[in-house]
Amino acid sequence: MVRVLERLGHTVEFPAGQTCCGQMHYNTGYQAEAMPLLERFVAQFKGAEAVVVPSSSCVAMMRDHYPIMAEHIGKPELTAELNKLLPNVYEFSEFLTKRLGLTDVGAYYPHKVTYHASCHGLRNLGLGDGPQQLLRAVKGIDLVEIAGLEQCCGFGGTFAVKNAEVSSAMLAEKTNAILNTKAEACTACDNSCLMHIQGALHRQRTPVRTIHLAEILASEDGAVIA
Amino acid sequence: MSGTALDPRTAPTFPMAAHKLMGDTQLRKNVRHATDVIQNKRAKVVGEMPDWQGLREAGKSLREHTMKHLDVYLEQFERNCTAAGGVVHWARNGEEAKRIVIDLVKASGSNEVIKIKSMTTEEIQLNTALEAAGIRPYETDLAELIIQLGKDQPSHIVVPALHKNRQQIREIFQREMNLPDLGNTPQDLADAARLFLREKFLKVKTGVSGANFLIAETGGVCVVESEGNGRMCLTLPETLITIAGIDKVVPRFQDLEVLLQLLPRSATGERMNPYNSVWTGVHPGDGPKAFHVILMDNARTEILADEEGRQTLNCIRCGACQNACPVYRQTGGHAYGSVYAGPIGAILTPQLQEMHHAQTLPYASSLCGACYEVCPVKINIPEVLIHLRNKVVKQNGPFGPEALAMRGMAMIFRSEARFRAAQRFGRMAETPLVRKDGNGEGWIGWLPGLLGGWTQVRDLQEMPKETFRDWWEKRADAKGGKHGN
Amino acid sequence: MATDARTAILSKIRSALGTKATPEAAAAAWAGLPRDYVRVSTGTKSELIERLIDRLHDYDAQVLEVEATDLKAGVAKMLTARGATKMLIPLGLSNALLPEGVDFTVDTGLSAAELDACGGVLTEATLAIAETGSLVLQNVAGQGRRAGSLVPDYHLCVVDVAKVVGTVPEAISALQATAGLATTFISGPSATADIEMTRIKGVHGPRFLDVILVH
Ligand code: SF4
Repeated sequence: MVRVLERLGHTVEFPAGQTCCGQMHYNTGYQAEAMPLLERFVAQFKGAEAVVVPSSSCVAMMRDHYPIMAEHIGKPELTAELNKLLPNVYEFSEFLTKRLGLTDVGAYYPHKVTYHASCHGLRNLGLGDGPQQLLRAVKGIDLVEIAGLEQCCGFGGTFAVKNAEVSSAMLAEKTNAILNTKAEACTACDNSCLMHIQGALHRQRTPVRTIHLAEILASEDGAVIA
Repeated sequence: MSGTALDPRTAPTFPMAAHKLMGDTQLRKNVRHATDVIQNKRAKVVGEMPDWQGLREAGKSLREHTMKHLDVYLEQFERNCTAAGGVVHWARNGEEAKRIVIDLVKASGSNEVIKIKSMTTEEIQLNTALEAAGIRPYETDLAELIIQLGKDQPSHIVVPALHKNRQQIREIFQREMNLPDLGNTPQDLADAARLFLREKFLKVKTGVSGANFLIAETGGVCVVESEGNGRMCLTLPETLITIAGIDKVVPRFQDLEVLLQLLPRSATGERMNPYNSVWTGVHPGDGPKAFHVILMDNARTEILADEEGRQTLNCIRCGACQNACPVYRQTGGHAYGSVYAGPIGAILTPQLQEMHHAQTLPYASSLCGACYEVCPVKINIPEVLIHLRNKVVKQNGPFGPEALAMRGMAMIFRSEARFRAAQRFGRMAETPLVRKDGNGEGWIGWLPGLLGGWTQVRDLQEMPKETFRDWWEKRADAKGGKHGN
Repeated sequence: MATDARTAILSKIRSALGTKATPEAAAAAWAGLPRDYVRVSTGTKSELIERLIDRLHDYDAQVLEVEATDLKAGVAKMLTARGATKMLIPLGLSNALLPEGVDFTVDTGLSAAELDACGGVLTEATLAIAETGSLVLQNVAGQGRRAGSLVPDYHLCVVDVAKVVGTVPEAISALQATAGLATTFISGPSATADIEMTRIKGVHGPRFLDVILVH
């Protein structure tokens, strides 16, 4: 992601104090534990021109829940900072297509790839086919559509552990769909889905890899960047 | 006559129930097929409505408005229904509602009733109570008949027998209707049900129904159905008893223009379902001579009191969220241990139990949002699920293993130094679990304790030797710059 | 004395809402609800009729278009095609609709068994909705009580094209003045999809529905 942004002439900062958006806590029912992480986020990132996040579910967490959480915390300065910051928080593909208005970022990736629409990207962020537009503009790529594009892969944070069996059945459907495309790699805008899917693909001893969208867009020589 | 009712108070946890059902491949196939068909039909008829989002927004606002003025509208309904010759009863809970029904049936002189499909009567297990009181209930909806004769339980709020296929239904009918030569086309089966029930329709003197909408402005009641069994029960008996949750009220007749567009398209994927009946009190020379409505609370006021959970009451019971839910599609409805299954069940059931039971249901979701996307009244089910999870966490107290782990992690995430240390520690801790694969990459194939669910079917890649943070700082050092801010 | 259920429920609602809503406030808020959807159909009358016919065909209903002067012949034609010889008719149905050679029984409050003995029923309708292919019947002259259009196995419905509206909202507005009457929306013959989601015609209501549109 850094490589792509710098290639496009942007200055990237990485505030070293950042940690986690708190989604896992919030979504599992530990709202109280997530509150300080919101304050931390605001403190770390305030003043940024744009905050670019490589995971759609983290952005969904910030957009959908931070405002409500800030209301609960009830500090006016915090709310004000958050309101200034939030419109400038972007998921990576969204930043490229919506803020910068780009589809071609000059990448070269001569492989057969399928794209998984993560639920939060699809439904909460409304990414639409922005990520596919970016992929289609990659030179050399052979983009194949997956059956059941809008089906959840079954990750769902702690769901994958609490309801492992159901989660696994959902995942099996997803990996079948991926294998049916005969793609070499499956990409997405969400690391958690990818980790989940990669785990099953590896267990099934398939050579298919998962790769983050940013890694494909960063590629200039066609090599898999791990 | 009925099998063991689905009862959230005694049901196993969701993961346990799901485990059992997921071994039933026939059931999973049936559920998959049925939900696929309805979803496709729904998508087609919703797609032809350019104003669908406007209708959803109108539906949502209308339902929110109704809940905010619920007392006013219930009183209006009562007044207008009574003026039209109906008798309105109020029931604080299922027990009171059942008592009222039994007394009314006895007073009408019947020892049998014909019933229209009603999830509200399922919720309170009315049939069991009627049988105990010596009253025989006949379910007349085809799916409910299949369930009743098969001593089964409903698994979907619109298509309660979708977990059964035609062979299974045929076996039930052959046995229970004594028809050894029954064919197995859906038409044969429907014809058998028609014959079996016609005699009941023509002779049973008391009908019991639920309601889709109670119209405050007119005192009218609206029932939406397909087969005509509903119309039979609403028009042929001499006494009609309708049980409705207090959430079923709508302000005005005009509101049907929104709801009668949203409901059929979402529920069965039809532009309009075959029959909608609207009646108001007693109509001389047309239908029952006595009409009773029971307005039942049964914990709905508790839900109303919770501002974040309140939107649950906006539900119009279309079942679209069930068809769209990837979890429901894997397990079917019985896993939810309640007549309300799927996403709506996951939020409604624990709240109807005032959070005393069914606490695993809010976790029976990957929060993928497919339910919210299809809900015709825009209930933000994922938001309510998270809200209920928070209630469960508070109930469980701060000392469970999960709570401790969550607090521990939150503490790490609150400090950069602790976060760095945790990344280092994580690499050390995982070392004994990591095995190299053929490509020389490290993977974890087994995890202990709470995390074991992950490694049932997935591996976990070891943490990278160099984190992004390390890479970033090395690069900055090389450039002689600072480490960010 | 223990409070009665009514008082208890209403007071729980009021304490849950934290306010006591008034009918006036409710009416004002209701009037402000968003209604950003299609209320009135665009399109010519003939487009509406075409859409209605299309929707009715979708439900497997047969449709016949006739001029008012040919109505009786149209009814005769449909009844012959269905082989219907014993038909129920509601009170107040115009004699001008009734061809010779068919046994018409007027519904003067027949028993359920007597209704069941009629092979079919002939009625008019209050209105029809093009968008959804629905017929709306009310308990008035020419349409009759609800059981009449339900128990017989065949329903032939005569609809004046002047009564065809485009959308559901138009239909509901038109019905507002008579909302207190027993009202039935009929969209195709009785049907179920309860067995493997296969649509099967006719479980308990009429298995056959035909419509005559009168120009
Ligand atoms: S929650 Fe929404 S989608 Fe689910 S049954 Fe209720 S109205 Fe339908």
